[in-house]
Amino acid sequence: MSGPLSAVPADGGGSGELLRVENLVKYFPVRSTGMVRRTIGQVQAVDGVSLTIGRGQTLGLVGETGCGKSTLARCIAGLIPVTSGTVTFEGHDITNLPRRAMRPFRREIQMIFQDPYGSLNPRRRVGAIIGDPFAIHKTATGNERKRAVQELMERVGLNPEHYNRFPAEFSGGQRQRIGVARALALRPKLIICDEPVSALDVSIQAQVLNLLADLQDDFGLSYLFIAHDLEVVRHVSDSVIVMYLGRIAEAGPKDPVYDTPRHPYTAALLSASPAADPESAASRQRIILTGDVPSPINPPSGCRFHPRCPKAQELCSQSVPELEPKSGGEPTHLTACHYPVQAGEILASTGRREPV
Amino acid sequence: MSLLDVTDLRVSFPTADGVVQAVRGVSFSVDTGRTLGIVGESGSGKTVLTQTLLGLTPGSQVSGTAMFNGVNLIGLGPDQMRRIRGEQIAVVFQDPLTSLHPLYRVGWQIAEMIRAHDKSVSRKQARERAIDLLGRVGIPQPSRRVDDYPHQFSGGMRQRAMIAMALSLSPKLIIADEPTTALDATVQAQILDLLLRLQQESDTALIMITHDLGVIADIADEVMVMYAGRAAEKASKHDIFYAPHHPYTKGLLESIPRSSAAADRLKPITGQPPSLIHLPSGCAFHPRCAYVMDRCLTEEPQLRSVGDAGAHKSACWLPAAAIGTAEAAEAARRRAVGEGRHAAAARVAEEIAASPEGSVIA
Repeated sequence: MSGPLSAVPADGGGSGELLRVENLVKYFPVRSTGMVRRTIGQVQAVDGVSLTIGRGQTLGLVGETGCGKSTLARCIAGLIPVTSGTVTFEGHDITNLPRRAMRPFRREIQMIFQDPYGSLNPRRRVGAIIGDPFAIHKTATGNERKRAVQELMERVGLNPEHYNRFPAEFSGGQRQRIGVARALALRPKLIICDEPVSALDVSIQAQVLNLLADLQDDFGLSYLFIAHDLEVVRHVSDSVIVMYLGRIAEAGPKDPVYDTPRHPYTAALLSASPAADPESAASRQRIILTGDVPSPINPPSGCRFHPRCPKAQELCSQSVPELEPKSGGEPTHLTACHYPVQAGEILASTGRREPV
Repeated sequence: MSLLDVTDLRVSFPTADGVVQAVRGVSFSVDTGRTLGIVGESGSGKTVLTQTLLGLTPGSQVSGTAMFNGVNLIGLGPDQMRRIRGEQIAVVFQDPLTSLHPLYRVGWQIAEMIRAHDKSVSRKQARERAIDLLGRVGIPQPSRRVDDYPHQFSGGMRQRAMIAMALSLSPKLIIADEPTTALDATVQAQILDLLLRLQQESDTALIMITHDLGVIADIADEVMVMYAGRAAEKASKHDIFYAPHHPYTKGLLESIPRSSAAADRLKPITGQPPSLIHLPSGCAFHPRCAYVMDRCLTEEPQLRSVGDAGAHKSACWLPAAAIGTAEAAEAARRRAVGEGRHAAAARVAEEIAASPEGSVIA
């Protein structure tokens, strides 16, 4: 399923391209306290990110807390203005559009949020919550709306008779289905899923992932799928982007990124993510990174990963590595690293655990 | 005799809606230097189970015994419990931000813990020990960071500070309740490594409570899978992952996306976990079980030995030999279902098939 529909900032969008983000930058000002709130710094949440998403494709976005993945999602959805860069949807530039001009595009780009408790108004009935998109965009009223809502509920695996219930009467997995139904109401082309299954138990998580896959097949949806669980992202995605501290560390079709990671950060992330398999856990060479993610207010110079990188050399602190294909890899597999990991190379690791 | 022997522990909470049966007859033991992994989903009773051992479930009705080092922890008075808690049994909770007091310095909180249990330690000595402990758990520049407030620590450092606090009195048993759930993968790897290293250094017993089978695969020796307040299956880590007997364990393993599995579709468990007030009759898992038989509706299965070794126990009516995912085992399960499923169970099986996601379990 991999193809050119990855995070490649290629020239000229093909007909298969739905969304293009170019050089997106989002800085949040840090202000001093007191009478005159001077800007004393910038949180560089997203710093020059480019990506494309093809029709019917899923782009996975992974990274740790504070890497800017949720900020990027909110910029794409037009929920917060971007500092610079462009967001193009179906050939239309939708960067920082005024509310009214943005409205038709809001129908096409919907979001599903992480917290199935916080994202539903507890005092409104489920039918009203799912019906909101119809009301806001004035596409269906009265009985027509009710019928549309009940069809949606049935489609996502909820009992349509529960139309008049409150969110509190549903479990976490069912609430997430409500969120999916609401996102689906206006038949969007792109759904941005921000950690949609992180709050769910594994058995329920699998139900929701299967539902998202079915809906993608039925409606030809594209997903931007954000998660910190690498196995979940690998399962759902066609291409993957790994972010670190506001920048893309590595991007490409999922198999080369997962099987032959070239960026030391990707390699560390993959080696650290716990696999539910004792034998591979015992034999795996783990790369234990030292320290914590630095502050995005004052990020490290050059490659932002260099203070924690087992391979860092002088050049890494001086110049910012380009996101580009590396020798020996596929041309769509991009890495931003001066000294990419070679096949078979073993990075600093702790000793092997005793076998099971 | 094991360090901790829990026998037939039952915990229930009377509420306005009815009695919540959080733990319903659980037995297990932990030996010095071993790690018991307790895995289960929200509401399976895994946290209530361990908090009851420490007397942290006020308002509950408890029965059963929990022998720790010759003392029954159940029914222990608050003064006696306070001497064991912290000193002999330490706890590391999930959320390091709410477990540390925001208005006191981290070092002070560790020193306070030491002095609360041993009045002969001076403030200065306690502070020295706090610095030493922070260094042992890998906090850089401990003599400077000891005077930081919790908000000045990152999430991983806070969890390290919690572990330092847990270690401060050299406990015999550490209970870690989802210690890495709030942390990122690379930090989680650091913390799990730290726990393992410290355990090996001091031969402590460890109970690791988690919903993450990846964590279990990493550090447990024995595993107990809990469902609706009971142990569904108990076995060595190897058997749980490679030769599961209980359909719930099997379902959990199949729910996880894995790169090795070629299948495009996940195989979730249908339906929702049951209410602990109105539990299903018979086996609590039967309304979600693809192998439901007539007796599952009326009789609750007890843990019994399955497979070859006696250590592997499962609470399921399926034949003891039907373990693992091999075709022969699946055939044995199908045969048992064929003989054991009649009108009543067939109706339940139909309901399961009709529920969302029902189609995936054929």
